[in-house]
Amino acid sequence: MGNAVHAEDGLRPYRIVGDAIPAPLTGEAGDPERGRAIVANRRVGMCLRCHSGPFPQERFQGTLAPPLTGAGSRWTEKQLRLRIVDAAQLNRDTIMPPYYRTDGLERVAKGFAGKPILSAEQIEDVVAFLATLKDQ
Amino acid sequence: MSGLRRGSVCLGLCLVAALTANAQTDAPSRRSGYHDMGKPLQAMQDDDMANPGMLWVGEGANLWNQRFAAADKSCADCHGAVQSMSGVAARYPAFTAGSDQPVTLEQRINLCRTQNQRADRLADGSRELMALTAVVAHQSRNQPIAPPDDPRLRPFIAAGEALYRLRQGQLNLSCAQCHDDNAGRKLAGVTIPQAHPTGYPIYRLEWQSLGSLKRRLRNCLVGMRAEPYAPDAPEYVQLELFLMDRARGLKLETPGVRP
Repeated sequence: MGNAVHAEDGLRPYRIVGDAIPAPLTGEAGDPERGRAIVANRRVGMCLRCHSGPFPQERFQGTLAPPLTGAGSRWTEKQLRLRIVDAAQLNRDTIMPPYYRTDGLERVAKGFAGKPILSAEQIEDVVAFLATLKDQ
Repeated sequence: MSGLRRGSVCLGLCLVAALTANAQTDAPSRRSGYHDMGKPLQAMQDDDMANPGMLWVGEGANLWNQRFAAADKSCADCHGAVQSMSGVAARYPAFTAGSDQPVTLEQRINLCRTQNQRADRLADGSRELMALTAVVAHQSRNQPIAPPDDPRLRPFIAAGEALYRLRQGQLNLSCAQCHDDNAGRKLAGVTIPQAHPTGYPIYRLEWQSLGSLKRRLRNCLVGMRAEPYAPDAPEYVQLELFLMDRARGLKLETPGVRP
């Protein structure tokens, strides 16, 4: 993994170091409470379509991807950040959608064209929340 | 009697067990989405009195015999009883006389309407078109999907496969990533099927209606946040051709019931 600055029109630039993005996209830490709401929202974070997590009130969770429980033990915040921003940087064939990338995508629906799935602020909130999900 | 006899019974049972295990590992891994549904939905599909799709089949049977204004001809006037359609749905999409592209069963029905009955084209997804398609496809229920061995179809099937593997939309997903790589796992609590078009037109609970494979494909594209193909786009026919070829040998269930 290199040490490269990624910059796209309309998105905040970020630097990848190793398998991580060391600095928050916004320059400041996110809010884990807001992050929790984003992760649980099926139309915003959409995380529970594929992942399961510690959300007993959410009945329909996914099993395509690793459980979110324990994500904060498996990864650092910096590693989580790159995995959400653009996991394809680590594994080209990953099914994980690129949450903060707009280039290299095909046939994006008009309402979503040119927009990342989450904003920089939302990604920092999600990173802050996932970091709290330690192994019990 | 006994030791010997008991020994041979045991040997026999062990052989049966070994053969059964072998049959399971050799069993074709392809399966209809029917097997990914819960028992109540399977029972709903299996019972013609409970399967809502049978309402469309019944309506289609009436339309089959109905004469239209201009030509004053019904489907039955040319084809005879609708049972003569046995096997047709199992081999569509296909080339048909006068078309330079393969057509789906729905498109074929509309060609018949406009050319032979001199009636108006039925609107995409309309109740009448779904009813006629359902009654025709129902005549192939329990028959294996058997696409024609027509070399002209090959480039269209290949185009469909390329679309199936194309990552698209804001979520950057391909059909294959879910339906090949993750079939059997759960997406939002629902088992991802292998995407074999065995039951179309299907009664989908989410729609509370009968609908086509095209409608189902549009649902997936919207879910991927990809731009759906235009209603008359050849991409839907290409995808259907590829999926039918991929499902070759699986039995048709029309009208299927799905969640």
